[in-house]
Amino acid sequence: MSKDMMAGFELFQPDTLQGAVDLLARYGDEAWALAGGNDSFDWFKDRVKRPSYVVDLTGLTELNGIREMADGGVEIGALTTLTEIENNSLIQGRYSILADAAGRVASPQIRNTGTIGGNLAQDARCWYYRYGVDCYRAGGDTCYADTPEGQNREHCLWGANRCVAVSPSDTAPAMVALDARMHIVGPDGEREVAAEDFFIGPDIDIERMTVLEPGEVLTAIRIPADWAGSTFYFEKVADRNTWDFALVSIAAAMVVEGGNISRIRMAAGAVECVPRRLSVVEQVVTGQPKNEATANLAGQSSVRGATPLNFNHFKIPLLQNLVTRAIRDA
Amino acid sequence: MTDKDSKDGIYPEPQFDRGPIADIASARASRRQFIKGVIASGVVASSAGLMYGCSREEVAASGGVERMLRLTINGETRTVDVLPNETLAMTLRYKLNLTGTKLGCDRGECGACTVLIDDVSTYSCSTLTHMVRGRSITTIEGLESADGTLHPVQQAMIDELGPQCGFCTPGQILSAVALLKSNPSPTRDEVRHALSGNLCRCGAYDHYLNSVMRAAEMA
Ligand SMILES: Cc1cc2nc3c(=O)[nH]c(=O)nc-3n(C[C@H](O)[C@H](O)[C@H](O)COP(=O)(O)OP(=O)(O)OC[C@H]3O[C@@H](n4cnc5c(N)ncnc54)[C@H](O)[C@@H]3O)c2cc1C
Ligand code: FES
Ligand code: FES
Repeated sequence: MSKDMMAGFELFQPDTLQGAVDLLARYGDEAWALAGGNDSFDWFKDRVKRPSYVVDLTGLTELNGIREMADGGVEIGALTTLTEIENNSLIQGRYSILADAAGRVASPQIRNTGTIGGNLAQDARCWYYRYGVDCYRAGGDTCYADTPEGQNREHCLWGANRCVAVSPSDTAPAMVALDARMHIVGPDGEREVAAEDFFIGPDIDIERMTVLEPGEVLTAIRIPADWAGSTFYFEKVADRNTWDFALVSIAAAMVVEGGNISRIRMAAGAVECVPRRLSVVEQVVTGQPKNEATANLAGQSSVRGATPLNFNHFKIPLLQNLVTRAIRDA
Repeated sequence: MTDKDSKDGIYPEPQFDRGPIADIASARASRRQFIKGVIASGVVASSAGLMYGCSREEVAASGGVERMLRLTINGETRTVDVLPNETLAMTLRYKLNLTGTKLGCDRGECGACTVLIDDVSTYSCSTLTHMVRGRSITTIEGLESADGTLHPVQQAMIDELGPQCGFCTPGQILSAVALLKSNPSPTRDEVRHALSGNLCRCGAYDHYLNSVMRAAEMA
C-alpha cells in the first residue's frame, strides 16, 4: 500500500518566535514544530505520527544565521541550514569540527534544507520504532531490536535501558566536544542547557531524545570561545558516505602545547542514546604527549564497559580505532 | 519504479481525521463554495481530489495558511490550490502537470525529485509547497531557453550519452545546474560531491560526471 500522502493537518506559518510559541502552547500534544522537515515528513508519510497542527518555524528569520558573540564565541540560530554551517567562514575558521560534521550529514539536498535545530532535535532511527511498532519508545512494552533475531547492527554499546536506539545526529557529538549551550524558549520563558545535558537517554525519558518539553523551541546554539581554533578531529563511518547514518562517529577538540595534550573534550556518536562523552579517554590523555603510544592507550580505554548486542560487536574495534586516530592524527 | 502519473486514484483513501476540521468546515460553507468555484474554473488542472482521496470541503476550512498560493515556477507565476500537507513534488506533478520532476522514493533518499529553490538543489518530495511561497522554483522544464535551445548541461548529457534509462536524469541535471551556478569550473571531485544526493539505479555515474565536466568546459 502506498502511504506517501501525509494525513491532513493544519499548517501555521508564524513570523515571530512569540507567535510560534503561542501556537505550540495552544495546541499542546496535537502540535508539531517543523523546521526543514527532513525528519518529520517520514513520520507523517508513514502515518506513525499524526499531528493535527503543524507550526512551520522557517519563517522565523530571527532564528536564522551565524553571529559572532562578544566573548569571541559564535551563536548559531537554530534554523540555520547545515549547508550554511558547512560553508560559513567563521565556523570553518574557529570550529572546523562543526563544519566537518555538518558536511557529513545525509546528502547535499538534505543539508540545503535541514536545519541545525532539526538535526540536534531529530528522533531515533531504530527501524522498528520508525516502522511504527509498539516498542518501549513508542509507549509500548517490548524492544524488538534487543531480541535474539532483532536486527541491531546499528544499535547501542552503552546505556541500554529497555530501548537500545542510538543518537543519530552527526552534529551532536561535535556540539558536546565544543561544550555548546542550547538556548531554549518556551511558554514559561527561556533557559540555557549545556549540549551534554540536552540529550537524554531512556533512563531519563524513553519517549524523548532531548530535554525539549512539548511547546519549547530551540532558538540558538552558543559555542563558547574556549575551544575556538583548537586542534580538532571529526570522523564518521557509515555504510555509504551519502545518506547513511553513522555506525560510529568521533568528535574531539584538544589543545596541544609543546607536544602535550593540555586540554581535551571528546564525544562519540551512534554508540549510545546520547552522544557519549569519553571522559575516561580525556583523563587518560590529558597531560600526555600527543603520540602513537598515547593514542593506542586512548583507543583501548574508550571501549571499556561496552556491552554489545547480537549484531553490533564490530562497533567496539571501530570505536577504538576512531579514538586512536583522533589522538594520533588530529 | 512505480509510475505515479496516472490520475485514476492510485493513492488510496487516506484515513483523514474528521474531528475539529470537519466541524469548522460546516460552519464555513461560503468560503468552501469560493474554493470550489476556483477549482471548478480550471485553475487546478488535474483531478487532485481523487488523487488525495480526502474531500476538499474538509481541508478548505483550515484555520492556518490560505490554500490559494501564487508560485513562481520557471519564471512564470502560477496560482494553485495547495493542501497544507502537500509536498512540492505533488503540486508540480499532479496539479501543474510538470511531470519531468520524478518521484522515486518520496523519502529524501534518491534525488529523483530534485528541483531548484532560489538556485539551490532541493528534494521536492521533502518540501511542503507552502514553504516555498515567494521563492523561485526551477524544474527540468524550465531549463531550456524560449527558442528551445537546451541548457548546456542538458546538451552535454546528450553529447556524452549521460543517462541510461533516464529516470534519475532530471534530478542529476538540476544538481549539476545548481553546482555550475555557484562554481562554474568545478573539478571532477566537486561534481561527484554535488551529485552525491542523486542515486542512479543504472549506475551511469561516470557518464554523468563526463557530461557535467563537458558542460562546464562549454560554458
Ligand atoms: C534519507 C535521510 C538521511 C539522513 N541522514 C542523516 C545523517 O547521515 N546524519 C544526520 O545527522 N541526520 C540525517 N538525517 C536526519 C535529519 O533529517 C537531518 O539531519 C536534518 O538535519 C533534520 O533537520 P530538519 O530541519 O529537516 O528537521 P525537522 O524534520 O524539521 O525537525 C526534526 C525534529 O526536530 C524538531 N525541531 C526542529 N527544529 C526545532 C527547533 N528549533 N526547536 C524545537 N524542535 C525542533 C521537530 O519538531 C522534529 O521533531 C537523514 C534524514 C533522511 C531523510
Ligand atoms: S523522490 Fe525525493 S528524494 Fe527520492
Ligand atoms: S539513468 Fe537509469 S536511474 Fe539513472
